[in-house]
Amino acid sequence: MNKKMNEKFGIDSSKGMEIGLYSLGDHVKNPMTGKLISEQQRINDIIEAAKFADEAGIDVFGVGESHQSHFIGQANQVILSAIAAQTKDIKISSSVTVLSTNDPVRVYEEYATLDLISNGRAEIVAGRGSRVGVYELLGFDLKDYEELFEEKMHLLKLLNEAAPNERMNWEGAFRAPLQNAEILPQPLRGQLPVWRAVGGPADSAIKAGLDGIPMMLTTLAGPAPIFKRAVDAYRLSLTEAGYDEKEFPLATTSLFYVAETGSQARKEMYPFLNAGWSAIRGGTYPKQHFAQSQDTRDTLMVGGVNEIIEKMLYQYELYGHQRFMAQIDFGGIPLDLVKKNIELIATKVMPEVKKYTKE
Amino acid sequence: MKIVAIIGSAFGSKSRVAVNYTINKIKEVREDAVVDVIDFSEIQFPFADGREYLQHEGEVGAALKKIMEADGLIIGTPIFQASMPGTLKNLFDMLPVNAFRNKVAGMIVTAGSDKHFLIPEQQIRPVLSYMKANLVPNYVFITDQDIIRQEIKNPDIEFRLDRFVDDFFLLLDTYQTMIQQKEAEYDF
Repeated sequence: MNKKMNEKFGIDSSKGMEIGLYSLGDHVKNPMTGKLISEQQRINDIIEAAKFADEAGIDVFGVGESHQSHFIGQANQVILSAIAAQTKDIKISSSVTVLSTNDPVRVYEEYATLDLISNGRAEIVAGRGSRVGVYELLGFDLKDYEELFEEKMHLLKLLNEAAPNERMNWEGAFRAPLQNAEILPQPLRGQLPVWRAVGGPADSAIKAGLDGIPMMLTTLAGPAPIFKRAVDAYRLSLTEAGYDEKEFPLATTSLFYVAETGSQARKEMYPFLNAGWSAIRGGTYPKQHFAQSQDTRDTLMVGGVNEIIEKMLYQYELYGHQRFMAQIDFGGIPLDLVKKNIELIATKVMPEVKKYTKE
Repeated sequence: MKIVAIIGSAFGSKSRVAVNYTINKIKEVREDAVVDVIDFSEIQFPFADGREYLQHEGEVGAALKKIMEADGLIIGTPIFQASMPGTLKNLFDMLPVNAFRNKVAGMIVTAGSDKHFLIPEQQIRPVLSYMKANLVPNYVFITDQDIIRQEIKNPDIEFRLDRFVDDFFLLLDTYQTMIQQKEAEYDF
């Protein structure tokens, strides 16, 4: 077990890989029934899934922020707050917070509050946001895409690492300066786990490493070894910047669907994946690509219990990561199927994966 | 069968004449084809700005969605400055990298000089291939002397456009059958 990783980021690797679930808060028609549930029901279903996951012993639950049609997670921290109040043990995380268009001070205040409500279970995963509509909506210029995020990430890290009563002084290009500012409230243990969400290319992974921030790497689909480049770049950059890479956790994420058998999982998942993809990305999800995901080396986590376990252990061999986050409800998957997935993860997948990934 | 014909320049008329001839031919030989035309002289496209195509609204959004939903594309374009017009490249820039996957695309190209004969081959084809289009092997290359006062005045061009339509649908029908056969192999 790495003591410092546990102290700073709350990751106890002696218990094996953490398994988390997340929802992007997408809100699309169920392709099997043609029906779109109400926004209210969609939010309640996410909260219900989180409660169910908490009872089942899942490690983490995340809700994403996206500002566009087909989504209900615009104010994800409000949903997370409801989850915090109704759960006991599960860690509560954003997946992700679009930091570029948020104020880091406000984000920190909100998640510190969430941490107090949840008795120390809150985390922030900060990302740049791949949907550009939010820039226009909240009054930012897309031309500042890179710089907005980097500056705000640095400020968020500074706020997080400050001593409890430390007065903050800071100046940047995209926010009013902080002059002798006191940031309240403070999270339960004085600091929050703050992660950087990385989409795949190594350049962003390098920035996470150089900044000394844990990385959550999206591996939606495609061959797993491709993402190893970003993992290696992250660890190398941590070392280059003078950090001990062993103290920093790594998380990966993927679209997820598990059933008793691979064939059943693919039959059940494909209509939802295709519907969600069509609504959000346009076009259809190619069946050929989906069929290829049967290969252990493909990152798309769709399959039977044994296939999923095999994939997760293969990826663990490759990346040596401390957390895996499964996107469980993409494309209008109804709550009963989400619950079935959670049950299988908790009873069949998680015990096996944890057994072989204890450090 | 959804076909979208693109007229790739906001000015000039020869590509439009050639595309219109082709559309009439399609109507003559294929009753099941629905042809939509995207003409840059009629729709004002903004410069690509990083938005996904679904985030565009109005007639531009509708045009982009039509392209994405099409089974086949006919790209009619002049040659400007030894390449495709900026308007056409801008359209490609607004679409996803795999926009033309499972689609058949064919080119009809007009130019002032036959010295530009290889421009479609070397400038346009690589972009369409990159975007995963299945390309009709032969394109029709038309020079200024073939079109007089908005009419094709060369039977050779008419014959070649007729054969182009034939080839286009041969490839489209074959490809659609192949996809159906391939997808029938999967149990999901």
